[in-house]
Amino acid sequence: MTTISAEQVAGTPTAPASTLDLAGVSRWYGNVVAVNDVSMSLGPGVTGLLGPNGAGKTTLLHMMAGFLAASRGAVSLDGRPTWRNPEVYRRLGLVSEREAVHSFLTAHEFVLASAKLHRLPDPAEAARRAIALVELEDAQDRRIGTYSKGMRQRARVAAALVHEPQVLLLDEPFNGMDPRQRLHMMELLHRLGDAGRTILFSSHILEEVEQVSGTVQVMVAGRLAASGDFRTIRRLMTNRPHVFAVHSTDDRALAVALMAEASVTGVELGRTGLTVRAGDYGAFTRVLPKIALAEGIRVRQLVPEDESLESVFSYLVEA
Amino acid sequence: MSTVSWITVRGLFGRRRFLLLLPLPVVLVLLAVLSRSLGVDPGEWGPPVLVGLGLAVVLPVVALIVGTGVLGAEIDDGTVVHILTKPLPRWQIVLPKLAVAAGVTAVTVAVPLYVAGVLADSVRLGLSLAAASAVGALAYSALFVALSLLTRRPVLLGLVYVLIWEGLLGNFVSGTKVLSIQQYVISLADRMAPTGLLEAGVSVPMAAVMAALISVGFTVLAIDRLRSFSVAGETS
Repeated sequence: MTTISAEQVAGTPTAPASTLDLAGVSRWYGNVVAVNDVSMSLGPGVTGLLGPNGAGKTTLLHMMAGFLAASRGAVSLDGRPTWRNPEVYRRLGLVSEREAVHSFLTAHEFVLASAKLHRLPDPAEAARRAIALVELEDAQDRRIGTYSKGMRQRARVAAALVHEPQVLLLDEPFNGMDPRQRLHMMELLHRLGDAGRTILFSSHILEEVEQVSGTVQVMVAGRLAASGDFRTIRRLMTNRPHVFAVHSTDDRALAVALMAEASVTGVELGRTGLTVRAGDYGAFTRVLPKIALAEGIRVRQLVPEDESLESVFSYLVEA
Repeated sequence: MSTVSWITVRGLFGRRRFLLLLPLPVVLVLLAVLSRSLGVDPGEWGPPVLVGLGLAVVLPVVALIVGTGVLGAEIDDGTVVHILTKPLPRWQIVLPKLAVAAGVTAVTVAVPLYVAGVLADSVRLGLSLAAASAVGALAYSALFVALSLLTRRPVLLGLVYVLIWEGLLGNFVSGTKVLSIQQYVISLADRMAPTGLLEAGVSVPMAAVMAALISVGFTVLAIDRLRSFSVAGETS
């Protein structure tokens, strides 16, 4: 694997860092609110934009990238609006989620065309550097139409990076990448962030964000649900009570026994079984079989009710 | 050639719909050659072939395929974002694309019309048809490029304009001719080579002014619409 230093990534001379600001930004379509009163300020470093599908991440990214007007509020890059202002693209790069590339061009032609459209002083050299950055040299003379999904993604990243923007926005950049490509992309984002660039990438996968960025913005149902250091937010997520649906041969007796357990914070007896709230996921799942055995009760069903990412996120909203 | 026009040309000729351009001009030339070689009176075959097929169908349909292809196809597949994320004033995107659309349409249509005009009457008629159709190519292209930015169904709307407005209403309601690019082209060609084969429905000054207005107006509209180009969000 080619190693590229932070200096190479940063390019010379180093441009001053950029800040992307959102002030009370909302966007609605008819009476559907996609983004609801979001304010944030993104500075140098890597920030993850985390949220379940449909949370409004893409809408937010499009507004940041000047591809959508905010219904209310303002989006600005270094104090200048991004909407109806093509000049922002001197300092901003976008890798959209939609996997659209000019498939009739080779990656080299594609990245070179981007460099020329940016009117860079040395487009050929800029294209070479961008292609090297995403490790696409070997395939650069093949038509993009023949590429795998991950390779197309890298070609698009190269095109977005060719003018060495201070701000790079990526919408679900890891989609369709194999583990090696994923790792490489994560390293690349790290290096760009370390070199003082403002990097924002969206993802609906917790682990992706965890590996790349220390700072996260969590969106749920169009709102900014949490914002800040990932570890703090992660702790909030793991500290939340876990909910299980339990069904057994004697629900009432099981409920009584469970209430004596320290890891259980609440039990609800319903017609279809028990709803058990546990503070500690591991302790509860270990102790339940023991209790059942001791009480002579057979557990017929044990289903964690809130394991989906959605519920993790919605817990954050309530927190 | 600017990078925008280069990508546009590559995109246009790289897509399969480009092949749709070929049959119509070929049919036009074939019909003209056939009529001429069979010794049919040009007064009989001239109007239906030159106007009925050439100016009423080949020119607008080719312009529609090309005009909605230069920008509409990129909007459809999302590749337009790559060009839009560049610090280019939007006129530097619209004008090269319009130039490619008008140029490709003009060449595709002018050549068969020239051949048909020569066979029907004279080199002068051939040249005037070629020149007038080039003017028409520009006006139609401006209209169809703008339509690609105004609606998600530019081809359908373009067809409605060509077939219903120009084709059908033009025959019954004479007032619609004032807003018919086809009529401007006929009028301009007839002025350059008066033959009796073409029947002008609008005056020459009207044709010239309206063709210019439509070309400029829709170009300005397209540039403005591209400035506010929105990418549809996931929730829309």
